Amino acid sequence: MCLAVPGKVIEIKDSVGIVDFNGVKREVRLDLVDVKVGDYVIVHTGFAIEKMDEKEALESLEIWKELLKVQEDF
Amino acid sequence: MDLYKDRNASDTIIKKIFESSKDLGEIKLCHVCGTHEHVITHYGIRAMLPENVQVVSGPGCPVCVTTQGEIEAAVKVAEKGAIVTTYGDMIRVPSKRSLSDAKASGLDIRLVYSINDSINLAISNPDKKIVHFAIGFETTCPTTAVAVLNSPDNFYVLSAHRVVPPAMDLLLSSGKINLSGFIDPGHVSTIIGTKPYESISIKFHVPQVICGFEPNDILMGIYLLIKQIKEKRAEVENEYVRGVRTEGNIKAQKLMEKVFEPCDIRWRGFPVIPGSGLSLKSEFSSKDAYKEFNIEIEDIPEEKGCSCPEILRAEKIPSECPLFGNICTPQSPKGPCMVSREGACYISFKYEKSFR
Ligand code: SF4
Repeated sequence: MCLAVPGKVIEIKDSVGIVDFNGVKREVRLDLVDVKVGDYVIVHTGFAIEKMDEKEALESLEIWKELLKVQEDF
Repeated sequence: MDLYKDRNASDTIIKKIFESSKDLGEIKLCHVCGTHEHVITHYGIRAMLPENVQVVSGPGCPVCVTTQGEIEAAVKVAEKGAIVTTYGDMIRVPSKRSLSDAKASGLDIRLVYSINDSINLAISNPDKKIVHFAIGFETTCPTTAVAVLNSPDNFYVLSAHRVVPPAMDLLLSSGKINLSGFIDPGHVSTIIGTKPYESISIKFHVPQVICGFEPNDILMGIYLLIKQIKEKRAEVENEYVRGVRTEGNIKAQKLMEKVFEPCDIRWRGFPVIPGSGLSLKSEFSSKDAYKEFNIEIEDIPEEKGCSCPEILRAEKIPSECPLFGNICTPQSPKGPCMVSREGACYISFKYEKSFR
């Protein structure tokens, strides 16, 4: 039920978008987010529930790296 | 390379978990999300942890915590001539009268992937009443709010929505289980952010970490929890930064607030939990199936024999149920935890049974 998967917005028409999930394209409602074509979104039961924030993700990677202190492996 | 799945990264985090937990006593961590249970069991995470670190599953499966009274309400709506739609596994949950039995007896009950499919059904059947039996936590509630605000007159909602933090509060208040920390649900938090959990950490002095859904997200969450325990901190931390903002999804929260108000509701395995349900506000009563069909939720006692109530309260694990794997299997489920793909019994049967 709370399963949600990330995908890339490739088309937007009003409140409906086409999202590409690794090659599989599906219609997704965009009422809950402000996104543009090219953004990554997390999709749950046919609705995008949030933009996947790449910048935040990269910052969180920094946190990871720092915590793990194994930068050389990455 | 995918850091969140990388084995070297896993090994490093596991090492850190061992180091930081070795002088601590028994640590019992609880998650409240079916998808977390899936990741933890699928990747065998429990077996990677030190002996004194245990991860248990709580009331995190929306299908499982829905009561027989609510299922009965959905059957009654169908009996009154409506087409009832609902999500995946809800149909097969054994009940006084299950939705699949009701369907077999000729009532019009349909599975949908999205509430948007129900709206489309309402548009293409203008002479019929379409009722969506809306289950799910905060991740799903905003989608129902969108539907209430953007659907034709013949579309109604039978709300069985619930919010998670009050159930976490109740788990700790009951004092029956001694929890050291919570792995907070990732996609519920995508909507609500970090704030709604804070009072729990303050009230019970338990640490919490919001986690993502890859194996290393969970391991990192466990490490951060143990670190908090060691440092005697009790804060809400966010490991799933790529999917959860501190403030959550404000647009979704506003839609939820517009359409729903909190109500008191019983959960399977729990008493009535104050403020844990969501009912439609009176201004949307024309969309409220309870009002339109004049139906109330009956109090139906839980079946004897099935241990789902204890499992949902994190007091038991699936293999401690005497019916597990022999009388109760995914082919012949006796309780919702064996029906739902997010149920602890189903997941345990699927991934662990063969190793026993
Ligand atoms: S194994 Fe079956 S009967 Fe036992 S708790 Fe799980 S669902 Fe209920």
